[in-house]
Amino acid sequence: MAQPEHLLYSKDHEWVAVEGDVATVGITDYAQVSLGDIVYVELPKVGATIDQFAAVGVIESVKAVSDLFTPLSGEVLEVNAALDADPAAVNRDPLGAGWMMKLRLRDPGETAGLLAYEDYAKLTTD
Amino acid sequence: MPYYPHTERDIEQMLGAIGVDSLDDLLRVPAAVALKERLAIVPALPEYQIGRRFEHFARKNVATAMRSFLGAGAYRHYAPPAIAALAMRGEFLTAYTPYQAEVSQGYLQAIYEWQTYICLLTGMEIANASVYDGATALAEGAIMALNATGRKKVLVARSVDPRYRAVLKTYCDGLDVAIDEVPYGPDGTTDRAALVAALATNAYAAVAVASPNFFGCVDGFDETVRAAAAASATIGIAVVTEALALAALPPPASWGAQIVVGEAQSFGVPLAYGGPYVGFIAATTEHVRRIPGRLVGKSVDLQGRTAYVLTLQAREQHIRRERATSNICTNQAHCALIATMYLALLGKTGLRDVAALNLERSRELATAVSSVPGCTLRFHAPFFNEIVVDVGQPAGGVLAALADRGILGGLDLGRDYPELADCILMNATELTTTGDIDALAAALEEMVQVHAAR
Amino acid sequence: MPHAEPALIFDLGQDGRANRYVEPGRALETFLPADMVRKDLPLPDNSELDVVRHFTQLSQRTFGIDLGFYPLGSCTMKYNPRVNDAMAALPGFAQLHPYAPDALAQGALQVMYELERSLASLFGMAAFSLNPSAGAHAEFGALLIAKKYFKERGETKRDKVIVPDTAHGTNPASAAMCGFKVISLPSDARGRVSVEEIRKVLGDDTAVCMMTNPNTLGLFEDHIAEIAAAVHAAGGLMYYDGANGNAIMGNVRPGDMGFDLMHLNTHKTFTIPHGGGGAGHGPLGVAAHLVEYLPTPVVVAEPNPDADPALAPSDRLNFRLDFDRPKSIGPMRSFWSNFAHAVRALAYIYANGADGLARVSQLAVLNANYLRAKIAEFLDVPYPEICRHEFVASAQALKKQTGVRALDIAKALLDRGFMAPTVYFPLIVPECLMIEPTETESKETLDTFVEVMRAIVRTAHEDPQALFAAPVTTVVGRVDETRAARQPDLRWRPETH
Repeated sequence: MAQPEHLLYSKDHEWVAVEGDVATVGITDYAQVSLGDIVYVELPKVGATIDQFAAVGVIESVKAVSDLFTPLSGEVLEVNAALDADPAAVNRDPLGAGWMMKLRLRDPGETAGLLAYEDYAKLTTD
Repeated sequence: MPYYPHTERDIEQMLGAIGVDSLDDLLRVPAAVALKERLAIVPALPEYQIGRRFEHFARKNVATAMRSFLGAGAYRHYAPPAIAALAMRGEFLTAYTPYQAEVSQGYLQAIYEWQTYICLLTGMEIANASVYDGATALAEGAIMALNATGRKKVLVARSVDPRYRAVLKTYCDGLDVAIDEVPYGPDGTTDRAALVAALATNAYAAVAVASPNFFGCVDGFDETVRAAAAASATIGIAVVTEALALAALPPPASWGAQIVVGEAQSFGVPLAYGGPYVGFIAATTEHVRRIPGRLVGKSVDLQGRTAYVLTLQAREQHIRRERATSNICTNQAHCALIATMYLALLGKTGLRDVAALNLERSRELATAVSSVPGCTLRFHAPFFNEIVVDVGQPAGGVLAALADRGILGGLDLGRDYPELADCILMNATELTTTGDIDALAAALEEMVQVHAAR
Repeated sequence: MPHAEPALIFDLGQDGRANRYVEPGRALETFLPADMVRKDLPLPDNSELDVVRHFTQLSQRTFGIDLGFYPLGSCTMKYNPRVNDAMAALPGFAQLHPYAPDALAQGALQVMYELERSLASLFGMAAFSLNPSAGAHAEFGALLIAKKYFKERGETKRDKVIVPDTAHGTNPASAAMCGFKVISLPSDARGRVSVEEIRKVLGDDTAVCMMTNPNTLGLFEDHIAEIAAAVHAAGGLMYYDGANGNAIMGNVRPGDMGFDLMHLNTHKTFTIPHGGGGAGHGPLGVAAHLVEYLPTPVVVAEPNPDADPALAPSDRLNFRLDFDRPKSIGPMRSFWSNFAHAVRALAYIYANGADGLARVSQLAVLNANYLRAKIAEFLDVPYPEICRHEFVASAQALKKQTGVRALDIAKALLDRGFMAPTVYFPLIVPECLMIEPTETESKETLDTFVEVMRAIVRTAHEDPQALFAAPVTTVVGRVDETRAARQPDLRWRPETH
């Protein structure tokens, strides 16, 4: 499981872990708590090109639905297929087994538009 | 007759509790929008006179007293009286959508049973809690396929009920989706070569074919269509307008449909001049997130007891709003309940018997009508309970003359198929008698002779 | 209520226990080639008694208006007079085939005509179509009309539909089905659409503004004339969501408020039973400039020269279904209307007349305000002013103090013999309870409900745990919805038997 302090965050409550030009994306613990029991995750197609902050997927809980916004632009390299059978992983382990997709980044400079851990923590405690 | 219980004293006390002087204080609106004219509506009547007024209307529907061969998407079948006795119970009739599962277990279980019956009849894996009717089921089924494939065109057999195709067009106009049609062949079934050629363009989200089709012919996909649909990644939709046929013909799953849409009016729902009826949508499991409307699921309560509940609600409009799979909210639950009762009462034996009687009576009809000089069967494919009869002269005139003799001879096909302007679509069910058929044949004979003499 | 869990109908039957409603049929192969005959029909055969008991037991596990108070906001769960059903069941209606020639179905057409004319007058529209099957269906039809209207005027740039954040979920969903983009408009501090806010989003891309009035907070949009004028000035159309028609009927009309399009839920306002979620009936009304676009068919009337002049005016007309309407959006459903419901709605109009219907709305508003005033004694009412047919209360403060949520109150009501209000809607009020009593409830019923609510709130403070467990007197307790959604079991399967 990733250390939350080492991740970047979007205001839409996604986290992103950047390694070289590859980023792993998921939703934050705060997001999974607000949504409640997640029952289904709809992810983008592998190979799709997506733009920063665009809605690229849908996360359904029992009584709510929320868009998955991509924190960065790029090409979808892989999606977490295990979530199909086990969407509860997002609730159990949002930063680990509940990851959603891996991207090949178009512009690593876009990370400037994301929040560091402390700023995101402030956002969610207000 | 009013249905509010307020006494003047109640009203006074309630106004006092609210802290206003009069009802007018509660209903005040800006002058710009206030009511300015006297309303022109029917006068208030005491209840016994309402009965008189509506009996007067009902008597003017003289068609109900005539021998009828009308089918074409709405069928006259026997409904055991037990259905009305059960369905009209106030608990069912006056319930809302079962949002509060704990006090709606009975209705939820009935809908779960309905979903199961539709799956068993169609051979599909999942079914929803109903949609408005068969035509809107086709439109919603097409939307499922459009969403699944991302394509913007659908292909429909011209032998699918023209009303269904018209409704599909209404919906597709909204979605900016194009519809192409496939002709029928000389035997009355879909021209499969044309269908395969169209599929080869790889442009269609869905291909919809009915069986029995609008002409009554047993239709569907064959091996070549299945292969062509698979090769072009087009979703096969089976359309069922006469659900009783599901008891006799191979289930649509067996001919390769991934989505089955249809109308279950035949299962105990009154004709009622066109509604309410009940549409259904069944599909393979992969489409479960795309199926529109309510779904009832089986779960447990916190003590582990079996409990039914509306599920996968995040697909629906009240949660997803503009991203919902469909805008449907109210469906046809009570008609689905009636159909479930019908299927439970009839069972497989009864349903087979009724289907067999429909096959038998419609063949008697075909034999009687085709033995009238000048009348021929237009198509020769095997049929369920409807036939297309070519009367050798414009059908409209023949039907009007039959009506003068107390017979509703069927539907004038010219209204939707100009090339079939001399043809009548005739239906026979278990309720059609030999006397009805003899009277029709005799009247037709008379008319055709008059026509020949002119 | 009986607590024994009824078996599924599929687990009851025995092969060979068939009911003989018709004579035994011959083998299907007698009539069809063998490869066109279904081999296996896996349905159960049950005795009639077993089926009757099964569904009677299911009915006893279902709560309807006939059992008790049903204050479900925005759903208008009022008493459904039995005479409506008796009229709809008359064989002259129930057995009428939709393709019966017009001349032989004059009574049915007259019912549709009288209902259509009555609704047009009551709501101030030029004409109604009885084609749509429910409110959401009519909304979709109205937006199709708007789309076609703008297309024919060459105004294809108009692709935005404005929807207040208090709107019913069907509004944005219907707009999306027609390819419109939805602009959600925040309500102002008074719980209403603000004229200034709407002006900001209006423009030459505005197609339709969808509103309900009173809105889902039960509040009358008192600036409706200015809003309509602004939308019209921008070239857009005004759409009235008639789900709350019970609040205005006979007192104020959407046509006079400036609406161009509207729907009604006659299954709410006009006492058609909801039947557990349908069938509904959603007449679609339009102003004069949109009549040509209505779905087909439309009932039209012509004078009958042979009629006895002593007859009532509508008895001196001939009626027909008009399909030949070139500008129409086309048909929206298989047949003409949910006709049996048109019979019910017209029977209700006959029972009341114009004055009676106006009285219905007045007393619906009285009942709602009475409940609002009483409930405000112990629960927050976020908009403490005169409401219309419904109002919202909020359990947010209660939740902070006790942990008891709107959902817990709802479940506690089930334990006490009441249906729950609509909860968590509209979305802008946290821990929302939306309460619509309707006019058919007596003061005694309302008083009992108030006292039960008061006791629940007291329990929340004294023993909140007792409410978290609710309901306990129902045939099942709270259902595991997560399991239902994660492992969907949507049907019985023979192999698991």
